Amino acid sequence: MKSIADIKAIRDKMQAQIVVRDKEQSNEIRIVVGMATCGISAGARPVFNTLMDEVSTRQLRNVKVSRSGCLGMCRLEPIVEVFVPGQDKVTYCHVDADKAKVIIANHIVNGNICTEYLIGAEE
Amino acid sequence: MRELSLNILDIAENSLKAKATVVTIDVTVDEDFVTITIDDNGCGMSAEFLAKVTDPFTTTRTTRKVGMGIPLIKMAAEQCGGSFEITSQVDVGTTLKASFGRHSIDRPPLGSVGESIMTLLPDIGETRLIFSYQAFGQTFVLDSDEIKQQLDGIPLDEPEILLFIKQMIDENITTINGGNVI
Ligand SMILES: Nc1ncnc2c1ncn2[C@@H]1O[C@H](COP(=O)(O)OP(=O)(O)OP(=O)(O)O)[C@@H](O)[C@H]1O
Ligand SMILES: [Mg+2]
Repeated sequence: MKSIADIKAIRDKMQAQIVVRDKEQSNEIRIVVGMATCGISAGARPVFNTLMDEVSTRQLRNVKVSRSGCLGMCRLEPIVEVFVPGQDKVTYCHVDADKAKVIIANHIVNGNICTEYLIGAEE
Repeated sequence: MRELSLNILDIAENSLKAKATVVTIDVTVDEDFVTITIDDNGCGMSAEFLAKVTDPFTTTRTTRKVGMGIPLIKMAAEQCGGSFEITSQVDVGTTLKASFGRHSIDRPPLGSVGESIMTLLPDIGETRLIFSYQAFGQTFVLDSDEIKQQLDGIPLDEPEILLFIKQMIDENITTINGGNVI
């Protein structure tokens, strides 16, 4: 069973990678998931979890996933905001785990905004 | 909420927002109840404000937006034969305790506490988060300060680390539960 002692091994493995990442800090992409009560009950946690999984398995070292409070649009939750340096913020709504995977593949990796998930696109 | 662990995530976020430096989350399972206790040393609330956030519909409305997190967990606990308590003191902190009837058919499953803790960890900053799970005579404890010590400078918000912590928590809980579904 996994224990806290195992963290040492991961740490040692990661030490080298971190140096590389530090150099890329200036073009860090931020993905923010709305995680207030409205977001959580609409399914924001599995979205957050999927994003974290994808970022890890695809080794996207310049991507940071974090959460925020209520974004004031409870009806559109789960909401995911993507901040790419030098570009306008992109806001996706009604995101689920599958859409989160598509956002990573198309937007984060390939640079193509998923227009079908933007606010208003589905109405 | 479909899982009790989602309520845990929601309530623990209040503690982080209240600028607590120590937040403890405990889940205790006994014969009759699943009890969630979340304690913090954050900014706290006045008695008047506390009454308002706990029962937003029975107290006088103000222009301020009232949240839903606390009323939701309170309602969920009471709906499955449990109880709810919250105490708070300005500048001292807040303790919330919600018990859920373990065998009530209305009780949502505990779900993935690992996922909830993983969701909280990236933004804890200098806050110390301590999670404990007590059930069937065994206890599992996770202390974010202890993890940070092991990490020795590597940031806690690295996806690989966070996913490891999630798995560690859920594995330990599953092992403690044995064949029981909580
Ligand atoms: N641990 C705490 N310490 C200090 N203040 C708190 C704490 N928990 C809740 N509060 C106060 O009570 C309010 C209501 O909390 P609640 O969780 O019900 O909803 P919320 O977080 O405001 O909004 P949302 O429903 O979007 O999550 C908070 O905005 C905060 O001002
Ligand atoms: Mg809240």
